[in-house]
Amino acid sequence: LTLIVCQNSHVYYIFDLSLCSGGAELLFNGVKEHHVTLPSHSEPWDIKQLLVWIQQNLLKERPELFVQGDSVRPGILVLINDADWELMGELDYKLQDQDNIVFISTLHGG
Amino acid sequence: MCQVDEHYEEGLERAEVPSVSRKCVKCKEAEATVVIRAGDSFCRTCFREYFIHKFRAMLGKNRIIFPGEKVLLAVSGGPSSSSMLRQVQEGLSQNAHKKLRFCPGIIFIDEGGVVGQSVEQRRRTAGELLTVFRAAGFPVHMVPLEQVLDLPSSILASASLASKRTASSYKVAVDRFVRTDGGSSLTPQDQEVMLLPPVNQSQTQALQQLMMSATTLTARQELLNTLRLHLLVHTARSKGYNKVMLGDNGTRAAVKLVSSIALGRGAQLAQDTGFSDSRFGDIILVRPMRDYSAKEISYYNYLFSVPSVFIPALDTKTVDKSSIQHLTEIFITKLQADFPSTVSTVYRTSEKLQTVCRGPSTPEHTTRCLLCVCDLDTATEEASAFQATLTSEQLSVGPSGAARTETQRQDPVGLNQAAPPRQCCPSGGGAEDCGRAASGGGCCSSARLLVGSDLRSLLCYSCQLMVKDLASVESLPHYILSEAQRRQRRSQMRDEISDFLLGDDEG
Ligand SMILES: [Zn+2]
Ligand SMILES: [Zn+2]
Repeated sequence: LTLIVCQNSHVYYIFDLSLCSGGAELLFNGVKEHHVTLPSHSEPWDIKQLLVWIQQNLLKERPELFVQGDSVRPGILVLINDADWELMGELDYKLQDQDNIVFISTLHGG
Repeated sequence: MCQVDEHYEEGLERAEVPSVSRKCVKCKEAEATVVIRAGDSFCRTCFREYFIHKFRAMLGKNRIIFPGEKVLLAVSGGPSSSSMLRQVQEGLSQNAHKKLRFCPGIIFIDEGGVVGQSVEQRRRTAGELLTVFRAAGFPVHMVPLEQVLDLPSSILASASLASKRTASSYKVAVDRFVRTDGGSSLTPQDQEVMLLPPVNQSQTQALQQLMMSATTLTARQELLNTLRLHLLVHTARSKGYNKVMLGDNGTRAAVKLVSSIALGRGAQLAQDTGFSDSRFGDIILVRPMRDYSAKEISYYNYLFSVPSVFIPALDTKTVDKSSIQHLTEIFITKLQADFPSTVSTVYRTSEKLQTVCRGPSTPEHTTRCLLCVCDLDTATEEASAFQATLTSEQLSVGPSGAARTETQRQDPVGLNQAAPPRQCCPSGGGAEDCGRAASGGGCCSSARLLVGSDLRSLLCYSCQLMVKDLASVESLPHYILSEAQRRQRRSQMRDEISDFLLGDDEG
């Protein structure tokens, strides 16, 4: 399972569990792509676990700007396959192959 | 487990959607994609329609922008203003009856110098934005914030003749426009592009020095907003625009409303957050994005590939309590996460606010704040909260508290109560001499005293607070200081004359 993080400064983070196919062209200039592998799990990953993993493995600086408590910081939007995560079960959503997960900060100045 | 539908690219339908799934509330057919308010979930297509319609509806309802008028879009490159640019493009490409009929131009103010970007970074950002702007086909003005240092003082003297256009004249203008032009293409044939001029290193340093002279981030953010606004209005004026469109969205408006109250800008709330703002007289500021939440904008930009660039702000990556404005944003955003109608409730409050109409006979700009150009809120009755604040401040500073209470220091016995606290030389060389000398900058203490009490008398309450947080007022740009001295000389002269015309007004 490949996890690809496309990071536009720190505004966009994209997790595409296959390849960064559809997502990449939606991104704009200054995109950085990190290719990382999500460790295999006995249970399917849910968003809650993904957030913990991102916090431990991808966020080097000031993790509280991204995660607060066990959810994302207020003001950060989460899209699961281009849909509002509120429609998808939020933290309990089970990740599947080819899923495309985007985090967008709506806060002023990122 | 569920499978991803083949038609996923269409973004409309998925055979099976894991967990909760809802139909779009508008077309009742397609799968919902975006939840915009509690309960209102739209599919991609309906969301786009809703978004585009809202922009046109906002302009149509307010009837402030006249057909054929030149409108300057202030695009910072951030999500909101980039989305605004896209809406204008959408509006101009609509068919005749839905078409927007004004002539847009774009201004980008490069603030890289004050947020610590290198020359290289600034050039890259400007280059990326220029590509986007060129594609839009509108005239482009790229201006470095450093140019604010060279503004003329006239920017602070608001033009007295505000636009007298009314609803009926709007109708006439529309009719005339439709007759003569038929709404044919307004897109200029030759796109006027003003590239970012090279910035002098010393200018950047001067600007940085000015920003750093603000001892708190709160004051620094206010100062930056003030300078940016002056430069925007100046550019609009010199390029012949009547309106400036700002990208403030509803979430920003809500944050601004609450933080403005905390900053002592209660009297200016309506102007600071309303749909239109006529404090500059001939140039009207318009905020067409304030009906959208930050969430709607981010979704729209993402789903419909609106390019925006990341530009750090002064409060990027700072702690929650770094400034009043930043803390307010965190507060509102947290509240919004738990109570999704927070932002709309707060910002609808701002819609109900009205600016008190100034009488037409009010003497020109002396009654306007030197910095924010709003009406001065400091001329209040004795029982006001403002007077109470002043009194308690004076009491707590005490007679020995030097700098802030010149009157008390100079006149401890209170012999000369009526004298204005703007006497320049404590040695008593005569106000007249000093006034003359101040114009040439010769008086020993003129600048210093201008800083202390005199500047305060020219500012609204909130701008007084901001200036109080500046380590040195001399670092304010020349156009501000020279306008301050001009106003001071005038009021000094008025005081001198009033000695000779004793009893004239009182009688
Ligand atoms: Zn629909
Ligand atoms: Zn002011």
